[in-house]
Amino acid sequence: MAAIDTGDTAWMMISAALVLLMIPGLALFYGGMVRSKSVLNMIMMSFSALGLVAVLWILYGFSITFGNSVGDAGYVGDVTEFLGLTTLVNADSVIGTIPAPVFIAFQGMFAAITVALISGSIADRAKFGAWLVFAGIWATVVYFPVAHWVFAFDDFVATTGGWIANDLGAIDFAGGTAVHINAGAAGLALAIILGKRIGFGKTPMRPHNLPLVMLGAALLWFGWFGFNAGSAVGSNGLAGVAFINTIGATAAAMLSWLLVEKIRDGHATSLGAASGVVAGLVAITPACASVNAIGALVIGAVAGILCALSVGLKFKLGYDDSLDVVAVHLVGGLVGTLMIGVVGVEVGLFDGGGTEQLVKQAIGAGAVLAYSFIATLIIGKLIDIVMGFRISADEEQAGIDVSYHAERGYELSDSSQGGLSGASKGA
Amino acid sequence: MKLITAIIKPFKLDDVKTALTAVGVNGLTVSEASGMGRQRGHVEVYRGAEYAVDLVPKVRIEIVVDDAEVAAAVDAIVKAANTGKIGDGKVWVVPVESIVRVRTGESGTAAL
Repeated sequence: MAAIDTGDTAWMMISAALVLLMIPGLALFYGGMVRSKSVLNMIMMSFSALGLVAVLWILYGFSITFGNSVGDAGYVGDVTEFLGLTTLVNADSVIGTIPAPVFIAFQGMFAAITVALISGSIADRAKFGAWLVFAGIWATVVYFPVAHWVFAFDDFVATTGGWIANDLGAIDFAGGTAVHINAGAAGLALAIILGKRIGFGKTPMRPHNLPLVMLGAALLWFGWFGFNAGSAVGSNGLAGVAFINTIGATAAAMLSWLLVEKIRDGHATSLGAASGVVAGLVAITPACASVNAIGALVIGAVAGILCALSVGLKFKLGYDDSLDVVAVHLVGGLVGTLMIGVVGVEVGLFDGGGTEQLVKQAIGAGAVLAYSFIATLIIGKLIDIVMGFRISADEEQAGIDVSYHAERGYELSDSSQGGLSGASKGA
Repeated sequence: MKLITAIIKPFKLDDVKTALTAVGVNGLTVSEASGMGRQRGHVEVYRGAEYAVDLVPKVRIEIVVDDAEVAAAVDAIVKAANTGKIGDGKVWVVPVESIVRVRTGESGTAAL
């Protein structure tokens, strides 16, 4: 058994906490973008994903992701191997150079945020209970296996890992495929299942609180250092490379998104800056340890431009991906994953690597995209048939916060009046 | 007694307040309003989606004055709120039947 490295352990505990912080960050980023009548539901979809997925991760998710690959096929880990984590959560278990519980915690946060990311495509209109059912099934059937494909390396946690990491050899350092392409494709499928919001494309659906969006984007960027540099699973040089690239690509993407806006719309907007930041973070995620500083700037700049241009697709094609999960996460994830094959050090087309790695990257990205999209269509449709996924038109017009959570986000003047009705149930 | 209602540009509120004080009007009620007239709204852009915002933010001032002071008060508002550009607003006057000061119960002009 390998010895525990204290520096690695300290960094990985901090990284796990940083990735956790991305989830409330995402909640604010998304929450500010919806209308004020659905801000709480938007935030709750992220928060509840954290609650539910963390529990599933402990019960059986880690085992499906990092258990020995069933039949050594590389598709899904053995769910019985670490069921309930009973053999791993103790003071003596080690994975790599860190305590096993720290590795489990870090990877568990990835599962939670991936599920939360999807919620952006179904703002204002999904039954809260149906969302929770979806989150649980999707994590189980889609995220855990796909994370096994991508993140489970042979002889790290278990002897045999996933097919993308080991057999194909596509590079995905921190989750361009497993997290972003996965969530983006699922977001597209779910937006199609749920249909458009009432008035989509006709009535204004302006972001109700842009400072909240900016704060959320800033928290995401901060937390993303744990996401990317933490994916080195150690406090080392690779983490340092990922760290600086998480700055460079993100900064470049912010600038290029603003440039697109200035040229196309005439104004550089704060929402554009926040969106560019997230697009850059998404794109550098798979590539952060495989490119040099200039490569990171190029990936960021390209992601900012392509993501900004992709936002208009939903109006042209007629799907209501409310907060642009497709344009930011699917497109950004594809840009980062594919561009490893272009600007990646030694493996990229521009660095003497030929097209071999690019082909591998495309196969990995395509497989995750197709599996996630089709599986999500099926899961979403089944939930819609069994329990109904969408709230009624009345509830939607009144606002999902009041209809489903019996709360409203803001009380700006104390003039609502009224008193307690009936006995307080909480007392 | 007359009720004077003025819709003005928000940034002109301070000037109008000063002008009304100068002609002896000491009480007024101000509320934020939005509306449309000949001044057109503006366009807002969110992730490339353009929204035409028709209603323009305005400030509504309401004062009740004695008949003899109406002309001076309206004049003060109009002069102070004027920028010469479209969207400066409107002022209108309607009769008031009665008025009561809540604290003392005084009524009529004594309540002004």
